[in-house]
Amino acid sequence: MAKITFITSDGKTKTVEGTSGSVMELAVQNKIKGIDGDCGGVCSCATCHVHVKPEQWNLTGAPDELENDMLEFDENVSEYSRLSCQIKVSEDLDGLELTVAK
Amino acid sequence: MSTTTNGQVCVVIGASHGGVNFAFNLRREGWEGDIILYDIDKEFPYHRPPLSKAYLTSEEGTEQSLLFPKENYEIDNVRLKLGIAVESINRDSKFISLSDGSVQYYNKLVIATGARPFIPPIKGIDLARNLYHMRTAEDAVNIRKAFNTSSKKQVVVIGGGYIGLETAASLRKLGASVVVLEREERILARVTAPVMSEFFTDLHENNGVKVLTGKNVISIEQEGDTNVVVCDDSTQFEADLIVVGVGIRVNTELATETGLNIENGIKVDETARTNDENIYSIGDCTYHYNPHFKCYLRLESVQNAVDQGKVAAKTMCGEEVVYDTIPWFWSDQFDVKLQMVGLSKGYTDIVIRNEEAENSFSAWYFKDDELLAVDAVNFAKAFVLGTRFIKSGQKLDKLKLADLTIPFKPNSFLAE
Repeated sequence: MAKITFITSDGKTKTVEGTSGSVMELAVQNKIKGIDGDCGGVCSCATCHVHVKPEQWNLTGAPDELENDMLEFDENVSEYSRLSCQIKVSEDLDGLELTVAK
Repeated sequence: MSTTTNGQVCVVIGASHGGVNFAFNLRREGWEGDIILYDIDKEFPYHRPPLSKAYLTSEEGTEQSLLFPKENYEIDNVRLKLGIAVESINRDSKFISLSDGSVQYYNKLVIATGARPFIPPIKGIDLARNLYHMRTAEDAVNIRKAFNTSSKKQVVVIGGGYIGLETAASLRKLGASVVVLEREERILARVTAPVMSEFFTDLHENNGVKVLTGKNVISIEQEGDTNVVVCDDSTQFEADLIVVGVGIRVNTELATETGLNIENGIKVDETARTNDENIYSIGDCTYHYNPHFKCYLRLESVQNAVDQGKVAAKTMCGEEVVYDTIPWFWSDQFDVKLQMVGLSKGYTDIVIRNEEAENSFSAWYFKDDELLAVDAVNFAKAFVLGTRFIKSGQKLDKLKLADLTIPFKPNSFLAE
């Protein structure tokens, strides 16, 4: 069980609990605004873009090559960008805070 | 919202990518009334793209790729009526007639009926053993079952489009011997440039799939337990499993019968509305205006279904929006990820940029100096940057684009 907090573009904060699947799926399930996951989680659409807090970067780890390629030229990319469909929910993520990208 | 929708009923015909995403977006936009979705498919609404890809090669059921979790339908009070066909639409009295003999009244109606596989006029096709299309979860289950129980694992795929090629790749990965029979002189002829057809032919050949073009299948005969697929040049191919992927037919019958405008699909404006102000249509079945490319389009894609659904939901809730998206698509075959953005139709020249990594390149389609589309093969950066350039209309220097010594960066390719 991991508690993950999403901060959406309207400044609202929502904490949800998950045990399995991807962070994108968890967000869709909990109707987090701005996370759509249109491609179903195959790293093809970038509609699940989030920013990780720098001090929590070690929790999520860095993106792999494909994910990095999808993010590099995204207009809202940051040093701590991830596509949440590529982050697996596990206990290790407990306390994670993610800001949904615009 | 300007007016209350409490007590109103929005009925959606078709519960796949378009209909389901529309329904949840409608609730999100503030619709207070009922939302009822009908689909003849009994399966809980699922992602279609994985069916020909990861789903075929995995042991998971479709449960693994539901569009939304079951509890979300309860939470958002989206009522799902599966396994029920809609038989007609009565626009004067605003109700639909259902296959169970009942009727359902609506205030707003959304037609998201999509398309069905085209069944080519091949002699003996209705008698063929283990012959399937690839559109529904049931199709994928049947193909997997037929493959697992077949003794020779000989597969013939009729049609070298994306569906056929993805299915061929998946079955080949599982160890099948696969032959793809394409009627045109090259695979993917309808949707890509020759350079892409060539690349995917090589990819399949290198992975042991036989890709044969100029093969017009005229009959399927039975020989004991196997089928024999016969082409008009007298060549024959044995198959204990046949997958047919030769395009689709749009499900416009309901719309036609009730007198909605039909033109290469259900004709809608840029807010996804038909010529009846209470009826919208979204997804594969629509013929809609694209402001960027300044033409009417019919698209077969998840992106189109989802995005048009979002626009319809906003419009229905009183927001002023137009559907103005650059179309994008993807396909996974073997270890190759193809991502496409834009529409290459009418291109005058193509710039190819080969990356250093093997099987990694991008094709940039121009009409004179206007970038129309980009196909990116194992190179998502080109897909992302291409999308940006197409949207912004920035002029590019084609020589720089083709020059590998110039690093792949947003400002590297802009024309002086």
